[in-house]
Amino acid sequence: MAPETGPPKPHLTHYSAGDAIAALGIDTASAPAVLRRVIAQAFRYKYRFALAMTACFAAAVANLMLPRLLGHAVDQAVAIVRHKGADNGALAPVAWTAFLLMAASAVRGILQMVAGYNAEFVGQSVGRDLRLAFFETLQRLDFSFHDRIHSGDLITRGMLDLEGVRGFLEVGLQRIVQLVVLSGVGGWLLFTRDPLLATVTLLFLPVVGLLAGRMGIRLRLAWTRLQERMAVLTRVMEENLQGARVVRAFPARAHQMAEFDKAGDAALAFANQRIQIRSRSMAQINGAYYTAMLLVLWIGSHRIASGALTIGQLAEFLAFMTILQMPVRQISMIMNAGARAVSSGTRLFEILDRQPAIRDADDAPDLAVTAGQVTLENLSFRYAPDAPWALRHVSLTVQRGRTLGIVGPAGAGKSTLAHLLTRFYDPDEGRILIDGQDIRGVTLASLRRSVSIIAQDVFLFDDSVERNIAYAEPETRRPVVRDAAITAQLHDHVAGLPAGYRTSVGERGSRLSGGQRQRTAIARALLPDSALLVFDDATSAVDAATEHRLRHALRAATDGKATIIISHRLSSLMHADEIIVMDGGRIIERGDHAALLAAGGYYARLYELQTQSSRPEADAAREEIEA
Amino acid sequence: MTSATLPLDPVLAPDDEDEDRIAERYDREELFVEMQSGAVGRLGPFIRPHRHLAYAAVAAILLFVAAQISIPLLIKGAVDSLMGKPGSWGLPIILIAFGGAILINSGANYLSEVTAARLAQRIIFDLRREMFAHLQRVSQSFMDRSHVGRIMSRLQGDVNALQEFFETSVTAVGDLALLIGIIGVLFALEWRLALLTLLLLPVLAGVRALWLPHARHVFARARDTSSIVNGALAENINGVRVVQATRREIANLADFDIKATENRNAQIAAAWAAQIMVPTIDILTGIAMGIVSLGGAWLVLTGHNDVGVMVAFIFYVQRFFEPIRTLSQQYTMAQRATTAANRIFEVIDVPVEISDTPAAVPLRADPPSVELRDVTFGYRPGLPILRHFNLSIAPQEVVALVGPTGSGKSSIASLICRLYDVSGGAVRIGGQDVRDVQQQSIARKVVMVLQEPFIFTGTVEENIRFTTPDVSHEAIVRAATAVRAHDFITSLPNGYATLLDQRGQNISVGQRQLLSFARALVADPAILILDEATASIDSFVEAQIQEALRVLMKGRTSLLIAHRLATVKDADRIIVLKDGAILEEGSPAQLLRLDGLYASLHRHNFSSFDEL
Repeated sequence: MAPETGPPKPHLTHYSAGDAIAALGIDTASAPAVLRRVIAQAFRYKYRFALAMTACFAAAVANLMLPRLLGHAVDQAVAIVRHKGADNGALAPVAWTAFLLMAASAVRGILQMVAGYNAEFVGQSVGRDLRLAFFETLQRLDFSFHDRIHSGDLITRGMLDLEGVRGFLEVGLQRIVQLVVLSGVGGWLLFTRDPLLATVTLLFLPVVGLLAGRMGIRLRLAWTRLQERMAVLTRVMEENLQGARVVRAFPARAHQMAEFDKAGDAALAFANQRIQIRSRSMAQINGAYYTAMLLVLWIGSHRIASGALTIGQLAEFLAFMTILQMPVRQISMIMNAGARAVSSGTRLFEILDRQPAIRDADDAPDLAVTAGQVTLENLSFRYAPDAPWALRHVSLTVQRGRTLGIVGPAGAGKSTLAHLLTRFYDPDEGRILIDGQDIRGVTLASLRRSVSIIAQDVFLFDDSVERNIAYAEPETRRPVVRDAAITAQLHDHVAGLPAGYRTSVGERGSRLSGGQRQRTAIARALLPDSALLVFDDATSAVDAATEHRLRHALRAATDGKATIIISHRLSSLMHADEIIVMDGGRIIERGDHAALLAAGGYYARLYELQTQSSRPEADAAREEIEA
Repeated sequence: MTSATLPLDPVLAPDDEDEDRIAERYDREELFVEMQSGAVGRLGPFIRPHRHLAYAAVAAILLFVAAQISIPLLIKGAVDSLMGKPGSWGLPIILIAFGGAILINSGANYLSEVTAARLAQRIIFDLRREMFAHLQRVSQSFMDRSHVGRIMSRLQGDVNALQEFFETSVTAVGDLALLIGIIGVLFALEWRLALLTLLLLPVLAGVRALWLPHARHVFARARDTSSIVNGALAENINGVRVVQATRREIANLADFDIKATENRNAQIAAAWAAQIMVPTIDILTGIAMGIVSLGGAWLVLTGHNDVGVMVAFIFYVQRFFEPIRTLSQQYTMAQRATTAANRIFEVIDVPVEISDTPAAVPLRADPPSVELRDVTFGYRPGLPILRHFNLSIAPQEVVALVGPTGSGKSSIASLICRLYDVSGGAVRIGGQDVRDVQQQSIARKVVMVLQEPFIFTGTVEENIRFTTPDVSHEAIVRAATAVRAHDFITSLPNGYATLLDQRGQNISVGQRQLLSFARALVADPAILILDEATASIDSFVEAQIQEALRVLMKGRTSLLIAHRLATVKDADRIIVLKDGAILEEGSPAQLLRLDGLYASLHRHNFSSFDEL
């Protein structure tokens, strides 16, 4: 259903290399700096890196010996022909050449192995370093960063962009060294032999180099475009499958096939352009290369006829062209890898260079909890300078052993308030005090140990039940984990599982039901010895009967803590010591249940609305009976 | 799958790989499954429509190979001519022939690249389309059983594996032809020298056979550690809020360090295993060149040979080991492709349980009545949800189905839409058995609104229009206004043209549900089914949605499924279901008088049937 964006673009084969670079979004001004920084990563392993590059250099030199030796062998054979009646002794110099050929070839192979192995060693080590740095940075970056950047985008950067940087270090640099040595040293050697023929031989180099370089950049662009189209196709397929019921509830088959075909045709068009670019360039490169060979053969044979050149020397020129052919073609790959390294490096470094807005102040002390009193003073907050206020002039206090309820429509600022308590965001105005200490002045670790939040959207890790419960306090002993599970009404279910507490919960807790996941999160939040517990709509998927038992158990387990309960369901919070009603980021009503009902305001209306289907006091009454 | 799905399989192989790189990757991805010939045969129907392209590709590649083989021969001719060998061609002729070979070479190169890649693309797109189209036809029960992520990996990963195979298999034909061609020419030129050189082939094969078991193990470990490290990264990114809230940063970094280092070490070990083959091939090439030099010279000495042949040998030997290597990789790729093809055909072979009979007619839904007669149905054999169930709904009647989870409410709704077939009895709409009508015509008359509103990527307007063609913008605004969605839509940045995220995450659940109501209203069905359509909505917006519902149900036969009492109190008739049977039935007032389950729930103020 995505609309077609922009006017129709010209066929990619019409792009010049410069256009393609611009279309790839590569900033040519900053590209050299990014590339330098990518290469600088390798200097952390300078000995291995130097070894790799030296071996690569030496391998290219050994490679250059081969055409020369082959030429010798041919000349020696020619000499045998010319001197009729030579005996077996004439073979001695040929044997010597043959031996040198084998030796040079073996040396080349061994050096290439050394170069390849060490380059990969450096590349993999840099990959590991970058991976760790990326991981570490992401963990430190604050919520507002993670709100802005999609997690899928971050995962892509951490996987594919990392490979882009690593690949360039591993292979791209080696190819460059190889190309420079072969064309430079090899060219010089040829010049000393026959300047004219050398010029003709090397003539194909710039032509093929330019063709290959342009092809590399265009292929990168075509590939990027194709990937974008494939992503659309993937999305169409994925939405169709995820929404299979809706698709079947409407006469949608023809419509969905049309969507699929539209996305598929768009992808196919780019796939064909990519084929065009590659085939056309490959044919041109082949044509240019063999034309140069034809010229060498033509001029060379004239020179032989005039006695200025031997047949072996001509063979040497031709063999040299065969050897040089691959590295020159690989200019395409170097350009492609270079372009990828620049865009990947830019995206990766952008994250690595970022400083978290929320971090410990210098020499910040740990939070010291004494009386267990949390105070919000005139708090105002918005997510962006131009966004509407999410919280406006909010003041409240909650104490150890007391419960505060917060209710209000979606977007009222309830969850925002919860997130400010753990410093996931910092307020724009006002402050939060815990036992008199501004939370911005203490260490994040001590603050977050003292304030536990249970969010509505539970995230569990693909690990055992007990490790998930003990996630915040990994050293917790098993009986303590069990007690937390009992309080959270999870124990009965877990005890019945085949492996008990060691059962894996699956990716994101997929093997548990929504209610079970929420109860696991509650158990997880109970383990740290926190001063304040915040339930942010934490029981929305728990059925009413279980919630009732849960609330009862929690009351006993949390009497040494201050509690904040955020909920849509009045039955979850009507027993709180104080209830505040929020709307549009402000507190519009406050008081206990009876006082708010008597006030006849928003709360009373909401109560009226909810009792049409269910009267929360029925739950309360049951609770009293059972208590 | 969530929106943050792992991009573990890039949609395509990265393009910035040269042939060596791809070859190495394949060396490292040796998969050792049994070759199954069945899958290859099944691909026939997908290749057949493009067979002309396939023939052209093979012809072009053979021409290309011929041109490549001829070039060293022409060089030999030039050398012979320079040596003044009797009977050799004149230089000008050879140079002209060389020019011709170049033209053929370039042209055939272009043609083979284009045809092979196009062929692979077409087959692949056809295959993917066939799979997707088939998934539209299979029953809902198959979709219930299968994991979206798993089907997607077949639609993408497996299809890509096949694509690589097809693209390279034409090249493989070329490699094979090149190898045979080179061997043939070598023997034709000088059989003794050829024999000596060929002796190296079994050596290479032997070294590779020794190397493979070790390499296989090392490469597998490198792959495994990579997916472990990427999985850990993805999980930590998705759960970063919990990580920070629970102060796990240091512990998780230490854990990740271990995984990343293990991966590095495994990759370096794999690099070693891959690099060890480099000098092996080079040493063999060196020996081959030594043999050609010394052997060639000796044959020249003994008068069996001339210099031209020796030069030709030099050029052939340099290209000799290349096709062998690519061919062995092609075998690996073929194995991978066979596995992929089998997995793809598993999807295509899923039987279509519900299909139109040849005599199927469109559903008329006139009058829009619904009848379930003596229906027996269950998702698994032996576990019926409904047993000899009877229900009839009169035209324009609003019937509410209530009852605890598992009582069969949603099954009834699905049976009316024929998402499943009954195992006994019949479902009739306006007197027509749903099994005798065209499936797609049912959806035109019966629309179901689900608990989880599904938003497709696209604008608000496109989402409301969905499958109903030719709906004017005005009609869409009218529908949105009727279900009270107009106000929030106009407050969005671009109004009706606002682009909605996948699954509509930039609007609230209540708003998404209002959009799905508007979508149903635009579709204008005669019969409307609301399956728990208000269950996930909080009390603040519920009143508003109730209002929208009344508009939606007006003048239609409606079936309202709910487990909350508040939702159903306006129905003409309420049916209380339990364990697949009707427990109570009547108007809300009648049920209260009946003093049964409904009345008791009402009296005790339970909000839903799940509390029974």
